[in-house]
Order: sequence, then C-alpha cells, then structure tokens
Amino acid sequence: MAYSDKVLDHYENPRNVGSFDKNDDTVGTGMVGAPACGDVMKLQIKVNDEGIIEDAKFKTYGCGSAIASSSLLTEWVRGKTLEEASQIKNTQIAEELALPPVKIHCSVLAEDAIKAAVSNYQERHGQAAEAEKKSA
Amino acid sequence: MSDLKLPIYLDYSSTTPVDERVAEKMAGCLTKDGLFGNPASRSHSFGWNAEKAVENARGQVAQLVGADPKEIIWTSGATEADNLAIKGAAHFYQRKGKHIITVKTEHKAVLDTTRQLEREGFEVTYLGVKENGLVDMQELEDAMRDDTIVVSVMHVNNEIGVIQDIEAIGNLCRERGIVFHVDAAQSTGKVAIDLSKLPVDLMSFSAHKTYGPKGIGALFVRRKPRVRIEAQMHGGGHERGMRSGTLAPHQIVGMGEAFAIAGAEMGPELERVRMLRDRLWAGLDGMEEVYLNGDQEQRVAHNLNVSFNFVEGESLIMALRDIAVSSGSACTSASLEPSYVLRALGRDDELAHSSIRFSIGRYTTVEEIDHTVEIVRAAVAKLRELSPLWEMYQDGIDLSTVEWAAH
Repeated sequence: MAYSDKVLDHYENPRNVGSFDKNDDTVGTGMVGAPACGDVMKLQIKVNDEGIIEDAKFKTYGCGSAIASSSLLTEWVRGKTLEEASQIKNTQIAEELALPPVKIHCSVLAEDAIKAAVSNYQERHGQAAEAEKKSA
Repeated sequence: MSDLKLPIYLDYSSTTPVDERVAEKMAGCLTKDGLFGNPASRSHSFGWNAEKAVENARGQVAQLVGADPKEIIWTSGATEADNLAIKGAAHFYQRKGKHIITVKTEHKAVLDTTRQLEREGFEVTYLGVKENGLVDMQELEDAMRDDTIVVSVMHVNNEIGVIQDIEAIGNLCRERGIVFHVDAAQSTGKVAIDLSKLPVDLMSFSAHKTYGPKGIGALFVRRKPRVRIEAQMHGGGHERGMRSGTLAPHQIVGMGEAFAIAGAEMGPELERVRMLRDRLWAGLDGMEEVYLNGDQEQRVAHNLNVSFNFVEGESLIMALRDIAVSSGSACTSASLEPSYVLRALGRDDELAHSSIRFSIGRYTTVEEIDHTVEIVRAAVAKLRELSPLWEMYQDGIDLSTVEWAAH
C-alpha cells in the first residue's frame, strides 16, 4: 500500500509519544480500540486551570495510518479548549493525512480517542468538584 | 555491508526468481530459430521437436517426485491443478458419495474450490489443526464416512511451513478407498517426495515456487491404482483428455529444468538455507515476547513465521521496508481479519496480527540475514516504544483481563 508523505512523516517521526501519570489531576486519558481488531490508541491530555489543553501524548498499537492519525491529533489539540478539541472530526484528520478509504477507520478511532480523553478528564473533575462541595 | 542490495528479498514462499539456467532454456523455445512449434503438430519437425522438449520436461518433473512421466498433467499452475484434482475427482466419483474432507489451513485454491463444490451440493468437512499446525490423525479418521470420496490435505503450509504427515493420511484414505489429493506447491525442492511409495492419488505442483516461471504447474494423476478425474477444461483432448489447451513449451521446459535443478541441488541447498534460517531465528529469539508459529521440528528449512507480541504487523512491515516479507495481518481489508491460518492454530488475534513470514531461498546471503536481524530488532523496539499494549505488559497488566472498547 502506498502511504501519503504526511503519513510517512508522522510514522517516521511521531510527535509527542509517551505517557502522563493517569492519576495526575490535570490529566485526561482516552483508550480506544481493541488488540483483536488490530489497533489500540491511548491519548492523554494535560489541562491547565483555564481549561486549555497544554500538552498531549499518545501511544498507538496499529498500522501506519493509525499511528499517524494519533500523532497528528496530539499536535492539533495543543492549545485548544476541551470544547474545541472534542469538535475535531475524523474527516479533517483523514483529509489532512490523505487517508485512503480502507484507512478511514484509523481517523475515526482518533476522533474517538480525543472524545474519550476529554470525557475522562471531565468525569474526574466533575466528581472532584462534587467531592469538594460535599466536604464544604 | 559493502555490496548489500536493498530491499532484501525474504519472500521466497510467495514466489522465487527464475533461475538463470532455467531462463536460458526457456528462451530457446520462443523465437523462429528455437523450439517454437506446437507440440500437438504431428506433420512436421517443428511439432516433433517441441513435443520432444515437452516430454523431456515431463520426465524431469516426474523424476523429482518419483512418478511415471505418464502420470504428469500440465496445468497453468497449482491453483488450476487443485481445481482439476478436487472438482475432477468429486465429479467423477459423486455417485459413490458426496462428502469431502479438507483442512482449515489449506490454501485458498483448495478452500475456494471446496466452497464451490458445496454450492453444487457436496458436503465438506473442514478439519481444525493442533496448536502446532498439524492435522490430528484421530480427528481425521473420525471425520471419514462411508460416503467420503475425496480428502485434500496440503503437504507444506504456505504461511507457517509445517509439513503434514501425508503418508499416514494417505494410508487412512487407502484403507477406505478414498481419493487422496495433496497440494504440494510449497514442497518441491524443499522436502523429498517419492510418489512410487507415498499413498497419494493426486498431487498439485507449481513451477514458480521452485525457481521456475509463473503460469505453469502440473497435476500428478496416479495410474496404479488408477484414479479418474473429470476434465474441467475441454477442447482438443490434450493431456489424455484431462486438460485441453495448446501446451506452452517455454513454460513447460522452464518447469522441467527448474525441477531437475531442484533435484540435483536439494541436499546442499537445504543445508545452507537451514543454516541461514537458524541464524535468523537465533538473532530474533533473544528478544522478549517473540513466538515461532507452527511446529518447531516438522517444518521446512526455509520458513520462519514469527509473531512479535504487542507490535501490529502492518506497521512492522512499514518499518521493514528494506526487507520484502509477508504479514499475517490483513489490515488493508475492511474487515481487519488476521491470518486465518494463525487463527486456526488457536493463536490470539493479537499474535496473529503481529506475525511476519520470513522465507529464505537460493540467493539469500549471510550478510542479508545479519542485516535483517538488525533492522527487525530496531523496528520492533521502536514500535514497542509506541505501543500502549507493550506499556501495559511492562506494567504487569494481563491484557486478556482488560475490557476493550471494541469497534
């Protein structure tokens, strides 16, 4: 299969590979996919007090397009609000990376990953806020 | 690595280059000064000479496998030979019964043929295999019925290189008068075959897996005891009426020469190839979570099918662009199906997705193997650094207990 130059670039030089401590209060973690399906994406975001994503990291088990989709995503979400980040669409990723039709599922997975990371962060903070209220 | 040419070809189970000695012989059968005649022409020397070349090649093929030249039928390849054997025997013997037995790990040329026969009203049993890829003899015996007419089991598996015990299977078939077909596309020149002793009725061969040209193969059809098949291709009555169509002397001569070379050089070649394969495995086996697929002992010398756990096959192939190998992962298909052969061994989907088939051949060098080990180790290390599964494994998480958000 021929890959686009952008996929190859992200695959060769993946941006922001790594992990944050998932128990850190400022971190939201999204893990989507399944090994049996051939791809698993873990995306983590670090959010500051203003609700802006300061940093993002990923690890992906999957084909080159899946790795490129998640690598690109970490670049895109930096500096965005949670609201803005969760509006990223798989079609934008697929377009940017020129993914062929058989690889569209990789971009869908990336969209799922950022949504999962944002909601993980919100859940934890929703709970944290409630806990604070209770103790007050 | 002064004169190392990239990419390195390690996909000899997929196809082989034509040996120069074979190509030379083939070139002599094409142009006006060569043996261009139609072997079926009875009235002039052009035809006679072409026929002589074809019969010489038939003898060469027969000799490699211990058959009589009259038992060799030319086909366009092993796929056609499989079709002719299985459909031909099923159609001929269908009044005796309509049950066929084959194995889940067979090549698609067999599986798609039996599927077609199912549509025609035949009943097919697909046997599973043991964890090592071999057929369970008891299971096979239990599957045999009074109305079983054909059993088809491959000799050497194309993906994992295991060698089935065709002698034992053949004996079971003989006792019951069942026609036994063997797809031997992957075994000529790799395993000794002696059809004067083996209880096999029909055997398919391919030229291009054994340094011959693509587009030519053969079917062995036993004469004693005689096995009958119904022709699938009609017109002209060539090849004793079993396979019509003008013969292609250049292809046939190429296959004959390739098989003659295989017979003459098999001993030292296998020794060299096995040494290279062991060197490759020694280089990879030291890594963590690396698994050899298929039986350790009962396998051909040139095949190494390895799963690199926690690394996905297609991304690995991408990282190995300087090496030409095959992946057991078919992520390019919409279904994301991993290899059906590895799944039949009971391998986890993860391991099936992370498998690579290395197949070594006549032109592989020690230098190429050493370079391959280096590239593979670096690629696996890089992709594991990227892999959330590897991270979880290192944190001591049992992946089978994780609830995945399957999609």
